Amino acid sequence: MAVERTVTITDETGVHARPATVLVNKAGSFSSDMNLEYNGKSINLKSIMGVMSLGIPQGAEIKIVADGSDEQEALDAIVDVIKSEGLGE
Amino acid sequence: MAPLTGIAASNGIAIAKAYKLAIPDLSFEKTKVDHPDQEIERLTSALAISSSELEKIKKHARASLGDEHAEIFSAHLLVLSDPELIDPIKDKIQNEKVNAEFALDETAQMFIQMFESMDNEYMRERAADIKDVTKRVMAHLLGVTFPNPALIDEEVIVIAEDLTPSDTAQLNKQFVQGFTTNIGGRTSHSAIMARSLEIPAVVGTKNVTEQVNKGDVIIVDGIHGEVIINPTEDEIKFYQQKQEEFEQQKNEWAKLKDEPSVTKDGTHVELVANIGTPEDVSGVLNNGGEGVGLYRTEFLYMGKNELPTEDEQFEAYKSVLEQMKDKPVVVRTLDIGGDKELTYLELPKEMNPFLGYRAIRLCLERDDIFRTQLRALLRASTYGNLKIMFPMIATLDEFRQAKAILLEEKDNLVQAGTAVSDDIEIGIMVEIPSTAVIARQFAKEVDFFSIGTNDLIQYTLAADRMNERVSYLYQPYHPAILNLVHNVIEAAHAEGKWAGMCGEMAGDSIAIPILLGLGLDEFSMSATSILPARTQIKHLSKEELASYKDQLLSMNTADEVEAFIREKTNQ
Repeated sequence: MAVERTVTITDETGVHARPATVLVNKAGSFSSDMNLEYNGKSINLKSIMGVMSLGIPQGAEIKIVADGSDEQEALDAIVDVIKSEGLGE
Repeated sequence: MAPLTGIAASNGIAIAKAYKLAIPDLSFEKTKVDHPDQEIERLTSALAISSSELEKIKKHARASLGDEHAEIFSAHLLVLSDPELIDPIKDKIQNEKVNAEFALDETAQMFIQMFESMDNEYMRERAADIKDVTKRVMAHLLGVTFPNPALIDEEVIVIAEDLTPSDTAQLNKQFVQGFTTNIGGRTSHSAIMARSLEIPAVVGTKNVTEQVNKGDVIIVDGIHGEVIINPTEDEIKFYQQKQEEFEQQKNEWAKLKDEPSVTKDGTHVELVANIGTPEDVSGVLNNGGEGVGLYRTEFLYMGKNELPTEDEQFEAYKSVLEQMKDKPVVVRTLDIGGDKELTYLELPKEMNPFLGYRAIRLCLERDDIFRTQLRALLRASTYGNLKIMFPMIATLDEFRQAKAILLEEKDNLVQAGTAVSDDIEIGIMVEIPSTAVIARQFAKEVDFFSIGTNDLIQYTLAADRMNERVSYLYQPYHPAILNLVHNVIEAAHAEGKWAGMCGEMAGDSIAIPILLGLGLDEFSMSATSILPARTQIKHLSKEELASYKDQLLSMNTADEVEAFIREKTNQ
């Protein structure tokens, strides 16, 4: 049973290198599979190149999906990072 | 073998083994393997070594440059552990039974092409990150040495085509005795960094990287601009002697560290330093600087992927002001454009970048960037003696607009209850001839002038300072320059203001007597030039030099000026 959450990116530069690094590091600390969906594409949230390849701009709606034993904790942690990095909500 | 000649970029003499900062040969053959598991193991161990190197580099960058500059290495580390990159490489080795080098290259190339084909410059730059990282892994697979300036742990002289800001940032002064490059001039980034690191350097040798082999011993003579490759024993002795003399001279200079800069007839001038980062302040204080005459804020904006935040800037400005205590700190607002690009701003390429959209021109249009910087400066103003200077002012209107924005931000902060100093002087860089010519009009409105000679000379003689073929026109002692400088100083004094200079000329032993005679109040230079300049000034008479003023201003050529000063000051 996967869990998911949709957030809107409000940072004017979108998801750039620094926040992407923090997101991927955070995702990597959980055992659940984590994906990020944007613009019809789904990528592995544990992959820095995957996240960067999406070029997520300001105003983008992105969906975070977590699937695994610690999925709820993982999803909450990622959403927290997005907020604390000022990326969006 | 005759010594190689280049440009003396930073004083001193270094003798050590050469360390070539060049990417090694990473070519390989595609081979079939019988034991893919062993290949995967080789890959895993190359990845592990690369990671541990990057961790060390990151730690070093964090210590010497701060968290911001270390971020790029965090991203590189993530690439190394990226499952989308590593898993396909392992699969390829397993399924196709190929060597790790081939699998790595094929897979990385696919990602590099993907990023390079994106229509966003920022994304295209990510391709460079992947290239960087895979080169490191490839080097370990092939068992060749990959240059890591941050990891140097023996005394060496670094040799390179050119040194980028991130290369120089990684250099450990404890081990890097000096460096020499193929390209660059006295005002190029690598030269400026060498002086702030206080290590001898010779730049612009054209081909030192081809002349020197790994393990060669070389001598870098940063006083005369010479590089000697595999010196004889006699040569080594000779230069060791020189090195000692230089050290002794430095000790002599050091005695003047806490003395004011006073001419023999009692005129006090201020000798202050040019800096680029808060880390440079210790060098200013160690060299007896009486203040900071030019804080180049560009470094906060360079070598990263996004604009620095207000808080990041605030911390940097506060740190400089606090370290300098009550001594004056002149901060130049963002001077980007020209030869200094910020890729993330995605500015279009220009035919004449030095005459184009740069510095205050950009800041007045992108006032979001400008205001952020001004707010950070204003907030930091209560921590020391801040003066703010706008670069590349060509018209009074530009100055008025910039000042109005500054005052507006100040009002906003004060209304919001933020403490802001009430006596911040607001001045301009004088580097455009139009401003030097009507300095009298400017002097009524600005609090001070700082003459930026590197640009003033190139604009006055219409000679690109990056173009070696017209470098003969880069003439600091040209009578036209002296007349402009004189005009600016007179204009300032007529209104009770002060005039300084923050170009390379301010620390030059021929220019110093001229400028003293013209009445310059403040000389801003590389920190390491301060004590030699103070020593020189102690032996000069302001009155005598002032008496040559009219004669110098009416001379015909730069050579005439130079010969005259050499004779009068025994140089």
